[in-house]
Amino acid sequence: MHYVSEILPSLISGTGMTLSIFFWTIIISIPLGILIGLGMLTKFKPLTWIINLYVWLMRGTPLLLQLIFVFYGLPIIGIVFPRYEAALFAFILNYTAYFAEIFRGGLQAIPVGQYESARVLRLTNWQTLRKIVIPQVVKIVLPSIGNEVINLVKDSSLVYVIGLGDLLRAGNVAMARDVTLLPMVLVAIIYLLLTAVCTLVLRRLEKHYSYWR
Amino acid sequence: MLELKQITKKFDGKVILDGVDLTVADGQILTIVGPSGAGKTTLLRCISGLTPVDGGKFFLDGQAFDPATNRDNDAVIGVVFQDFQLFPNLTVLQNVTLAPTMMLKKDIKSVNQEAQTLLERLNLGGKADLYPYELSGGQKQRVAIVRALAMHPKLLCYDEPTSALDPDLRHEVEQIILNLKQQGMTQIVVTHDMPFAETIADQMLRVEPKQA
Repeated sequence: MHYVSEILPSLISGTGMTLSIFFWTIIISIPLGILIGLGMLTKFKPLTWIINLYVWLMRGTPLLLQLIFVFYGLPIIGIVFPRYEAALFAFILNYTAYFAEIFRGGLQAIPVGQYESARVLRLTNWQTLRKIVIPQVVKIVLPSIGNEVINLVKDSSLVYVIGLGDLLRAGNVAMARDVTLLPMVLVAIIYLLLTAVCTLVLRRLEKHYSYWR
Repeated sequence: MLELKQITKKFDGKVILDGVDLTVADGQILTIVGPSGAGKTTLLRCISGLTPVDGGKFFLDGQAFDPATNRDNDAVIGVVFQDFQLFPNLTVLQNVTLAPTMMLKKDIKSVNQEAQTLLERLNLGGKADLYPYELSGGQKQRVAIVRALAMHPKLLCYDEPTSALDPDLRHEVEQIILNLKQQGMTQIVVTHDMPFAETIADQMLRVEPKQA
């Protein structure tokens, strides 16, 4: 018990880094994902090509590799990010691609008839989007978004590769120093708590949207 | 009064509507009949502005208008879709009041009051706070009719109103359409159900598939 209280402060400060990557990625990449997802459905072909190339690159290569490229590769062409900003940039780029695909699917699931019936009722495009389409899309995409959110909690551990001190790295340091697996057990428990909170919040949201089907 | 002059519509070079002329007088019911693929629904979609035409002219009360760009005026053309297309995320009352509150810029109270009156008139008095998934097919259709009526349309169009319903509900739709006629509503009904078409029609338009 004494040992636990000794290493807990460093684990908690690592959790701070994990959470900070997590929240900023969510806050920025979900709205961006909606925009890119809408962009995928425009009839302006060059835009959809660019977006598809971007999504292919982001989903087709490991996030770990993308982190390395952003932090060690971009400086070669004169773009230098500090460690934390580099990590955030890579995570936002990567997760936006996944969210965009999810929102594209959600948008395509809305029947054409919904747009047509809004049109004959003379709703504007914006009113149709806001009152009819987005509420339905949110309900459709919520389970898939939930999956990505849970993944993000754990993916954030990849930031160790560019030298950021997150939760997993804090555990790793303690394990190597004290030659015991106990820090890693604590790390696992903290990750489980974080994902449990996410699961709970997502369940609540899904329940909130269950008043219609 | 609605007039169509030489309405033409092609899809990929294939002529679907070839110079359709028709006139529907105020308060009359026009039924459009014909086999599948003849262009009945296409004609209805052209009239309601969902499909742009390739040629011809529309007149509403003697005024030329283009349904495809017809927006900020009171020449509203209501549509009751075959599968109703109610908004599943809104209650019955919200389905009806959404467009009038947004477009007609009326206050929510008078819109709600009018919607309630219309719902009661179509036997939906107790259903205002339900969601579409809680309704039967016939109830959904009546909500779709009320939703269209709440926009004070000059003309109300139905696409196959009997096709998604149990056979014994056909009589009910007939009654609704005939009641609306008594109140002066001009209506166009696309159907392949001949006995139904004959019962309600003042005028029938038969469309035939074009030879390729």
